[in-house]
Amino acid sequence: MRFEGTQDYVATDDLKVAVNAAVTLRRPLLVKGEPGTGKTVLAQQIARAAGAPLIEWHVKSTTKAHQGLYEYDAVARLRDGQLGDPRVHDIANYIRRGKLWKAFTSPALPVLLIDEIDKADIEFPNDLLQELDRMSFDVYETGETVAARERPIVVITSNNEKELPDAFLRRCFFHYISFPDRETMQAIVDVHFPGIDKRLVARALEMFFQVRETPGLKKKPSTSELIDWLKLLMHEEMPLSVLAEKDVRKSIPPLHGALLKNEADVQLFERLAFLSRRG
Amino acid sequence: MFLSFIEELRGAGLKVGPKEHLALLEALDAGVIEPRVEEFYYLARATFVKDEGQIDRFDRVFGRVFKGVVEAQEEAADIPEDWLRAVMERMLNEEERAAIKSLGSWDEIMETLRKRLEEQKERHQGGNKWIGTGGTSPFGHGGYNPEGVRIGGPGRHNRAIKVWEKREFRNLDNSVELGTRNIKLALRRLRRFAREGAADELDLDATIAGTARRGFLDVAMRPERRNAIKLLLFLDIGGSMDPHIHLCEELFSALTAEFKHLEFFYFHNCVYEGLWKDNLRRHGERIPTRDVLHRFGSDYKALFVGDARMSPYEITIPGGSVEHDNPEPGAAWMQRLTATYPCAAWLNPVPPMEWEYSMSTTLIGELMGGRMYPLTLDGIDAAARALLRPNAR
Repeated sequence: MRFEGTQDYVATDDLKVAVNAAVTLRRPLLVKGEPGTGKTVLAQQIARAAGAPLIEWHVKSTTKAHQGLYEYDAVARLRDGQLGDPRVHDIANYIRRGKLWKAFTSPALPVLLIDEIDKADIEFPNDLLQELDRMSFDVYETGETVAARERPIVVITSNNEKELPDAFLRRCFFHYISFPDRETMQAIVDVHFPGIDKRLVARALEMFFQVRETPGLKKKPSTSELIDWLKLLMHEEMPLSVLAEKDVRKSIPPLHGALLKNEADVQLFERLAFLSRRG
Repeated sequence: MFLSFIEELRGAGLKVGPKEHLALLEALDAGVIEPRVEEFYYLARATFVKDEGQIDRFDRVFGRVFKGVVEAQEEAADIPEDWLRAVMERMLNEEERAAIKSLGSWDEIMETLRKRLEEQKERHQGGNKWIGTGGTSPFGHGGYNPEGVRIGGPGRHNRAIKVWEKREFRNLDNSVELGTRNIKLALRRLRRFAREGAADELDLDATIAGTARRGFLDVAMRPERRNAIKLLLFLDIGGSMDPHIHLCEELFSALTAEFKHLEFFYFHNCVYEGLWKDNLRRHGERIPTRDVLHRFGSDYKALFVGDARMSPYEITIPGGSVEHDNPEPGAAWMQRLTATYPCAAWLNPVPPMEWEYSMSTTLIGELMGGRMYPLTLDGIDAAARALLRPNAR
């Protein structure tokens, strides 16, 4: 399989090379980038392009590495033992499979997404080193070894909240999704809104990049915010004239709630607009 | 050739090893890429670079090592025309044209440019006349002439050299600034977990033991583990602290997120008999420092944040404060605070090498028992360590 982007996803050349290297050599692909630049969507699109099932493991701050392998439900077994349930004699009844186990034993070659690995505890990636390297692990309770029939395609995303250990990085291909330039952004918009009014897009893009370049923003809007905003503009059937004001500093963009997610940022724009009206 | 590439990368501070090298060879073997320099660059980048902060360094090494190869691959092209078109099409709009009037009329500039391009036969770097990068000529980019015509940038899609020469990731290099998240990580050291509060977590070991002992299911619960560290934060505000306000904001937000038991107070330059919690009403609503000392027990840890730059009199003599007539010297209050809170530390946003030139910084450092640390990641780490052990005095 060669990943060339899909109908709904614009992949830059460097992204294609990184994905193809990871898919061919079956090493994990570590994807970083600003929030909202399509890291998670990438895994979905790789799965779509490869016609593979997608297994998503969303990591939270409380997620432990072994939860991805399996969990042994001792309490349920205790309860069943008390109630005299015959199931209690087989320990395998109380082993719940984790996402990695599912990925290893999936009948079709899957894409495994480990989403936001940096959310978990700092030791989390280290605990997964062996499993991702050999693509197998032991179940101590039953003594069996779960090994992948074929190494799954693994995509890992990170928001840079924590640094990942070197030993872990060694095993991955790395790609940083940089913020799309204007041309790429145009291509992305075209993919999401075929047949949208070209003038509206041009105006909206102009405003969007102006908003992004305004100094002092706490959270810069990114691709997903732009897509949401365009969706809203189209849904509300905004006439072209509402985007007539060229300079975002003179008037806050319409439906700005989709672009600015921080009340301090909204205030910043209100202040700018106020200042420019006055002066 | 690849080996020298790897040596150069290591020399530039990228942690690459045989594992990455083998991966690259394997990928080349497997035919992951088309035989084009651009694709090879992308592949090498995905293999060797593990952090966006390293991309710029990688780009520079790649450009240096593979220079010959790339030039051999590039067909002899008419660069000047290409550059001109790039300038015409996207580099200059009406305003910019107006802005460079200082050099003469637009036509004159273009004419000069054309002449220079004719004289110039190759890519050029540095210098003060030729078009290229890093020079002082008004043409080219990265130069020092404020009115320079910026030449370069994308638009030559067929030539690979551009991709890494653009150095788009320059801003990300050494991006390990002191962000909220990093501070939180450094503060992790300051954790003393204790179980207190409502029992809402299953204690598996106690449940199994209890069940085995009694013969029926005996579920034992216990409170969740929480950080039990208590922290008093004293922040210097205003005056000489203004340049450091952003840093202090980040530290403050990281601290409030990390600690449940956190009390903060503001002071100006040095701690005296009164503190305040709201800067707008600092003169109206003073909290006597004595009350603070009585209200919060010595199990609290005291963290001071300030540049400790003031007149030495503000610390040593009564009435030395710049704001009011203080009956007791700042040093007395500092001594009381450090005596009540033996686990104390001072974070200073000023770089340590400037400390010795300021007498007040030395004084405060002595009052803190040497526990003054720079407001950097390492400094916060050291301060967190210091906060865990009481000052032996």
